[in-house]
Amino acid sequence: MTENDIISPENLVYKKPELMNDTPMHYCPGCSHGVVHKLIAEIIEEMGMEEKTVGVSPVGCAVFAYRYLDIDWQEAAHGRAPALATAIKRLWPDRLVFTYQGDGDLACIGTAETIHALNRGEHIAIIFINNAIYGMTGGQMAPTTLIGQKTSTCPYGRDPELHGYPLNITEIASTLRGTCYVSRQSVDTVGSILKAKKAIRKAFEASMKGLGSSLVEIVSTCNSGWKLSPAEANEWMREKMFKEYVKGDLKDTTNLK
Amino acid sequence: MNNEVTLLKGNEAIAYAAIRCGADAFFGYPITPQSEIIETLSLLKPWETTGMVVVQAESEVASINMVYGGAGAGKRVFTTSSSPGVALMQEGISFMAGSEIPGVIVNVQRGGPGLGTIQPSQSDYFQATRGGGNGDYNVIVLAPNSVQEMADFMDLAFTLAFRYRNPAMILSDGVIGQMMEKVVLPEQKPRRTEEQIRKECPWATIGRTKDRQPNILTSLELKPEIMEARNIHLQEKYATIREKEVRYETINCEDADYLIVAFGSAARISEKSMEIARGKGEKVGLFRPITLWPFPERQLAEIAKGKKGILVAEINAGQMVEDVRLAINGAVPVEHFGRLGGIVPDPQEIVEALETKMMRK
Amino acid sequence: MKKEIIISGFGGQGVLSMGKILAYSGLMEDKEVTWMPSYGPEQRGGTANCTVIVSDERISSPILSRYDIAIVLNQPSLDRFMPLIKPGGILIYDSYGILNKPSRSDIHIYQIDAMDKAAELKNAKVFNMIVLGGLLKVCPVVSTDGLKKALYKTLPERHHEMIPLNMKAVQVGMDLIEEA
Repeated sequence: MTENDIISPENLVYKKPELMNDTPMHYCPGCSHGVVHKLIAEIIEEMGMEEKTVGVSPVGCAVFAYRYLDIDWQEAAHGRAPALATAIKRLWPDRLVFTYQGDGDLACIGTAETIHALNRGEHIAIIFINNAIYGMTGGQMAPTTLIGQKTSTCPYGRDPELHGYPLNITEIASTLRGTCYVSRQSVDTVGSILKAKKAIRKAFEASMKGLGSSLVEIVSTCNSGWKLSPAEANEWMREKMFKEYVKGDLKDTTNLK
Repeated sequence: MNNEVTLLKGNEAIAYAAIRCGADAFFGYPITPQSEIIETLSLLKPWETTGMVVVQAESEVASINMVYGGAGAGKRVFTTSSSPGVALMQEGISFMAGSEIPGVIVNVQRGGPGLGTIQPSQSDYFQATRGGGNGDYNVIVLAPNSVQEMADFMDLAFTLAFRYRNPAMILSDGVIGQMMEKVVLPEQKPRRTEEQIRKECPWATIGRTKDRQPNILTSLELKPEIMEARNIHLQEKYATIREKEVRYETINCEDADYLIVAFGSAARISEKSMEIARGKGEKVGLFRPITLWPFPERQLAEIAKGKKGILVAEINAGQMVEDVRLAINGAVPVEHFGRLGGIVPDPQEIVEALETKMMRK
Repeated sequence: MKKEIIISGFGGQGVLSMGKILAYSGLMEDKEVTWMPSYGPEQRGGTANCTVIVSDERISSPILSRYDIAIVLNQPSLDRFMPLIKPGGILIYDSYGILNKPSRSDIHIYQIDAMDKAAELKNAKVFNMIVLGGLLKVCPVVSTDGLKKALYKTLPERHHEMIPLNMKAVQVGMDLIEEA
């Protein structure tokens, strides 16, 4: 059997989504971003929205998200993605509009834009990657950094007296009347990836049905910033992060499957 | 009110004219002395007639970024504010310039610095004409001096913004915003269709069709060589704008011995000063830049030839006077007169300044 | 014809709306007009004023140093604007609360006790229309017809029934004003 015999359509068991191009990703090996990118691409294709989707990328590690998914993108100023998405969706209501933001972007500098877009019930979906650290700038403290967690700006561990407490913005989002779907997921196992995909799909569908705003948090790893191997990072996330950021749906008024 | 003469505040005129020139959306945050704009829009409910979107945002920061988003999706989108609010918007304006996104910003200026005063001022001239945010960029700046021009410049600002894929600003102030004058509103234009937007704005992010590459609007580029090339492209665009889009008005300049150079409300006041001076037998003319950027430097230099002096009258501590001096390049004496902190000079004061600073010198 | 007018009084006296109605009336008669208010918190309780210019020709500055006519409705306004009236110009004042009476021999001074009259009529709201009537008597900047048209144009239809009352107040003002 030659190589060409093996690479034939009937033998195909897995294929990367067509919206994902071959640009080498700048993400560190072991990072959660790549998986979430792929899920988004798959969902857009499954929904048949390839020609009707506008993504808004953040400032942070995912700033270059626009390089990897072949849809139209706007790159926002730090924290402002929900403001951009608000306008795009209001002006093009039949488009699928989502933002893709990290914890610093969404829960710190862009807290106002996040809370108010969600509270207005904008028909957008916000994908929130929470890895409890500023990855892009080299591992500084994030609003979601755990108590005791060491980063370059809390090298002795996060101390509430000095640094305040981790901000659970997803929980806040679930209390807002504008949100219809708020969920927290992860992508560390096959099972969790499938669940995360379902959650993102629900968020996207809710936005297209005009049910309100959706927020899907993906509790993620940053093995580089955490200074752990990818496998250790996953362990650390499961052990520490999931205690502070408990997985599951926090709110669902969509009646969608 | 089609083509009917009506009496409106400058702020109200902005709202009416925006709807009529086919604007797709307004995003803004209340601030004195321009809140009538969002109030008038809210009262007129254009979402029920033209389909225009009106959103009261959570801040000026959000407002300008909504303009970024909406205009980046090819729509005619604008925001309005006053000085401290426009200061907050500078991040978004810089990003729009970098990403080449064509939105319109209206600044109904008040005095500063800081919270300053709610009274009129022209002290954001530097901020408006020098870019205002980070990076090498320029914003097209139009300075209306009447309620009629508030209405007329709305469509012009959108046209220029889209022609050059660049932010355009209407730099007004509390005098023009709050005063009422006769105004003829433009005819109602339809909003552009999706087909028109696809044709006119091939760069717009409205969903990637299979026949093209993804549209990506970003101001980011980590490779210095590419970033420099992008900057050079911007500078070439600005050179074209400088060449083609200069606008100004002259009154009684031909036989004048002295010129007053003033923009916006100060130009209206100065026109009266000119009348008073002419009544006393002094040959005074008025040169009014309408585009503050690009500044009518060659045109002013030409008209100023052989004059005895130029008085730059502004409601600030001396900002446009720098552009006048650069344009005149020492050929004619240039002096400045200004009032600060929300005090609007009266015509007599400017006449006195002409007399003491120029004529009796 | 060009009349440069300042109207000044306490916030709440209807100073700004009086100026607006005057400007609208000018518009109805195809004149050039500007109305420039003082704005901000001073409207609420403090002194409010507006400059109204009605002219047959193009108007240059909406901000003035001298006025043809000053209508002053409290002492601070009188003190501030009386010196700025052009020689031969007109001062109209309501003597209510005025301690230092106006004193210039080179201008025409008129008194209109509209506060008292409005109280007598038990309708404080028509105060400014009484004053406006006084102005039109001593200097017909606009016609009463123009004024009436302006009221129909600017008032929402549900308030049109108030217009005869307002026009009556104008007539009252015309009868009330007297040279001081």
